[in-house]
Amino acid sequence: MTKQQANWSPYDNNGGTVVAIAGADYCVIASDTRMSTGYSILTRDYSKIIQLADKSVMASSGFQADVRALQKVLEARHLIYQHQHNKQMSCPAMAQLLSNTLYFKRFFPYYAFNVLGGLDSEGKGCVFTYDAVGSYERVGYSSQGSGSTLITPFLDNQLKSPSPLLLPAKDAVTPLSESEAIELVKTCFVSATERDIYTGDKLEIVILNASGIRRDYMELRKD
Amino acid sequence: MMKIDFSGLDPAAPIKGRTDELCGDILATPSFALPTTHDFDGFQKAAVQMVKPAKGTTTLAFIFKDGVMVAADSRASMGGYISSQSVKKIIEINPYMLGTMAGGAADCQFWHRNLGIKCRLHELANKRRISVAGASKMLSNILYSYRGMGLSVGTMIAGWDEKGPGLYYVDSEGGRLKGTRFSVGSGSPYAYGVLDSGYRFDLSVEEAAELARRAIYHATFRDGASGGVASVYHVGPNGWKKLSGDDVGELHYMYYPVEPTSVEQEMTEVSVA
Repeated sequence: MTKQQANWSPYDNNGGTVVAIAGADYCVIASDTRMSTGYSILTRDYSKIIQLADKSVMASSGFQADVRALQKVLEARHLIYQHQHNKQMSCPAMAQLLSNTLYFKRFFPYYAFNVLGGLDSEGKGCVFTYDAVGSYERVGYSSQGSGSTLITPFLDNQLKSPSPLLLPAKDAVTPLSESEAIELVKTCFVSATERDIYTGDKLEIVILNASGIRRDYMELRKD
Repeated sequence: MMKIDFSGLDPAAPIKGRTDELCGDILATPSFALPTTHDFDGFQKAAVQMVKPAKGTTTLAFIFKDGVMVAADSRASMGGYISSQSVKKIIEINPYMLGTMAGGAADCQFWHRNLGIKCRLHELANKRRISVAGASKMLSNILYSYRGMGLSVGTMIAGWDEKGPGLYYVDSEGGRLKGTRFSVGSGSPYAYGVLDSGYRFDLSVEEAAELARRAIYHATFRDGASGGVASVYHVGPNGWKKLSGDDVGELHYMYYPVEPTSVEQEMTEVSVA
């Protein structure tokens, strides 16, 4: 008798793309708002971005049920931190918390591709990029999700900053101004929407800077 | 299923992992959630295919008369896609001990972070620094307990303790080897070629650094999964120090500069008749 294969998988991929760019005193985090399964669109208006702390914003593509579970765990941990330490978590601290949270599901991973953006304790923009099991790195810009292979080479071309590993060290933060970075992000998504079926509908941009947080929206192709 | 004590990871939790009603499950001493499936290996294989965790690839370390030289590239690949060219593969466990990353990036980062915490706890409990042999054994025992579950870690622990320079190779199969020369990763055959032919015990620090840098460069040249920036660290009696970080693309033209050939120099404009 032939072995039966499991035909139920605990995972699904809801598609979508997320991008984050760190500036000298701002951070831009953006994602599209399309949620799909297979060839169907489930909704055109789903936010993949969540503000976890004062100065930390996470955007995740992949399986949105796992993303939601991950967001809930992080929000709860942040609340407990605030009760115990009487202050908000800094972005680098949140980055390590996210890495550990992902690794604790090493043998049953969260199918979530995350990008964490925010301001560090000096007020400089920071972006942390993750793989699904928690390895992370602070970078100047990052893209994850179905359109990331289209967007990352473009960002490398426009923003390629010297590697933080070089000695003598060179600063990795982009020299772009906040409005230039927002225009760049819009260009990235318009292009990715043309060639990726899972990216489109609407673009949600979150901008974090010294004066606080604000959101911007832009329509994308709906086909 | 074995559960490992993570109380070291959560300073807010009391050492014995008592949970209180306010925080409940979420602050309980954490342990790994496992999938409820009959076929653990098949599930892990499928999960790795789907999630494609980042892997890292050429590292080397050797002992010589002035200490330990440690070097690595900085490329991480997810399947065939280069997910990063700036990964830190030399992990600073504490000011006198370094660990290298090869295999799964998350596995190496997490377990080295955990090792650093355990080393610090050892210092506080015993009022003296842990030896390189002790630290490498702690790591290898932990990895052995997860043997067969799909962790991918190929690391070297390099440091300077009371016995002088120390170098151990530790992997996720549970292996632990003491040695004077190691290279780990997909680019290691190429690195060994350069390293073994140039190695002498009585190299100076600059010569040893140049040997390490060249070995990494040659591995990045021939191995597609290695690249980025070649970092070189030296561990001496006062701890580690980063000696250099060079982009391997630039190293190529430094080692093999392009010289104009005589044909190019003689070419002149041909006027249209």
